[in-house]
Amino acid sequence: MSKNETPILEVKELGIDFGGLTAVNDLDLAIYNKEIVGLIGPNGAGKTTVFNLLTKVYKPTRGTIFFDGKDTAGKTVVDINKAGIARTFQNIRLFNNLTVLDNVRTAYHNNIRYSPVEAVLRLPGYYAKEREIEGKSRELLEIMELGEYADVTAGNLPYGAQRRLEIARAMATEPKLLLLDEPAAGMNPQETEDLMRMIRFVRDHFQIAVLLIEHDMQLVMGICERIYVLNYGMLLAQGLPAEIQANPEVIKAYLGD
Amino acid sequence: MKKENKGIIGYLFNNRHRSRTISYGMVIIAYLILEAMLRTGNLSNLFLGLLVPATCYLVAAIGLNLNVGVSGELNLGQAGFMAVGAFSGVCVSGVLAGSVPAIPRLIIAIIVGTILTALIGFLIGIPVLKLQGDYLAIVTLAFGQIVMNLIMNLYVGLDSSGLKFSFVQANFTLGEGGKFLINGPMGATGTERIATFTAGVILVIIALVIVYNLIYSRSGRAIMAARDNRIAAESIGIDIAKTKMMAFVISAALAGAAGALYGLNYSTMVASKFDYNTSILILVYVVLGGLGNFNGTLIATVVLFLLPQLLRGLQDYRMLIYAIILIVIMLVTNNELLKTKVASLRGRKQKAKA
Repeated sequence: MSKNETPILEVKELGIDFGGLTAVNDLDLAIYNKEIVGLIGPNGAGKTTVFNLLTKVYKPTRGTIFFDGKDTAGKTVVDINKAGIARTFQNIRLFNNLTVLDNVRTAYHNNIRYSPVEAVLRLPGYYAKEREIEGKSRELLEIMELGEYADVTAGNLPYGAQRRLEIARAMATEPKLLLLDEPAAGMNPQETEDLMRMIRFVRDHFQIAVLLIEHDMQLVMGICERIYVLNYGMLLAQGLPAEIQANPEVIKAYLGD
Repeated sequence: MKKENKGIIGYLFNNRHRSRTISYGMVIIAYLILEAMLRTGNLSNLFLGLLVPATCYLVAAIGLNLNVGVSGELNLGQAGFMAVGAFSGVCVSGVLAGSVPAIPRLIIAIIVGTILTALIGFLIGIPVLKLQGDYLAIVTLAFGQIVMNLIMNLYVGLDSSGLKFSFVQANFTLGEGGKFLINGPMGATGTERIATFTAGVILVIIALVIVYNLIYSRSGRAIMAARDNRIAAESIGIDIAKTKMMAFVISAALAGAAGALYGLNYSTMVASKFDYNTSILILVYVVLGGLGNFNGTLIATVVLFLLPQLLRGLQDYRMLIYAIILIVIMLVTNNELLKTKVASLRGRKQKAKA
């Protein structure tokens, strides 16, 4: 990767220990603007742990994470989202009792603000901001092909739609970097195909970088421009999809000797 | 896109406004009927005395439903907040008696009671809201009892040199012409009864407006998101501590307003009235009415508040029958068969419309 621009996300020698267990060690990552990057590896390799480190759910034991040129040390989960990293979850975490539209509206919390006093007194600011939130939310729902479900309670959505809603909700926080944790898990090939198209569209339309964890090789090889391979918490390989597919180390890690 | 009915009826009964239209409608209709009966002298004395307390419990229950139903945090100390509102309201009214006429005095007393309770709710919320679930419930229970016991040992009096207060009876003396506003365990005595049914109903409506307007807003969505999934809420930049605090403080403030009105409805009142039994009672109204369902809260509060009074004729068996009725309501409202029946009826209605 001979890019001259500075990466949006730069991770150096990142590591975390849980008691005596080293879950991630000596990890270097760099993600540039408008890239779609894959993070793959066998089960238990530490992929989700990396996401949790990037979003400050866990505090790293070693190493640094620079986002948008700034050190993220000492930031909280909320700060990280405000700084511009949004994520989805491997085990879907929606606001199950809210409608699909409200799930997305909720995520505009920090980007379109008005005070509770404006809300209770129904001042003009409330109506203007609510209209803006609703318009943008519906636009995101259309992009993720969830428009027809707007008034459905999120907990009652079909599985694939729930995963798409998580992406819509993450995008509503207007991030610069989107982390997707197994977005295609449990989807059939047709749904995966549609999802790939949507992820590409989101990247192009909102001009953001995407880092995704995925086991579905159809998706990974189909949309990722670069791939990092993780094994036992360490970086095993990185490169273009074709290089990774041909890498004997990677094949060994997945299939055994 | 769904088609929505046009016109005022369509606006009032669309998905967003239906429940609040029903709430306001119920309160206003009940008020008009009762007020008409009051004017024509058709209300028994027993019933007359229940009107203001009923509105107080309604306001406290609406507040508690915001905390328990919408924010999802069990609070067993609502009566403690009512006590703060009640006794601060009584003090304010006592100090202003003679210089301010009854209606503005009532308004000032309620406002001061509300603000003071909100402040105490905030202070209690700082340590309490670090906990979750059952632990939070237990600690709020304890704080409710602490507040009640503090007030039971509080002496407040007014004499020519001004307002005095103390927690020790021995060194509490009032100058000539002084009078007690709160006399320790004897509570507030000689309070002028300035609370009115109309003021109570206005307070109920204000409470409903605050709660509904909050729920359908940025803050309300954040509160519900934090309830549904803490981790996801944080991941989209919602400060959990702040949103939980907001619901807790508004809930406390409404209890304070209810308490102030309650305190000014009786000439004597003791703090032990606001023990944990009262907190549980309000919680029962909220739970049986349905968590997060404010129409349910209105109906359950009125029915369950009046029920023990109407059962007075049964004397010793009163609480037994009351308990049985509670259990029956619980069984019936949680009956899957009944629920599916209601759901299918509703579905048919919607199909017929389309």
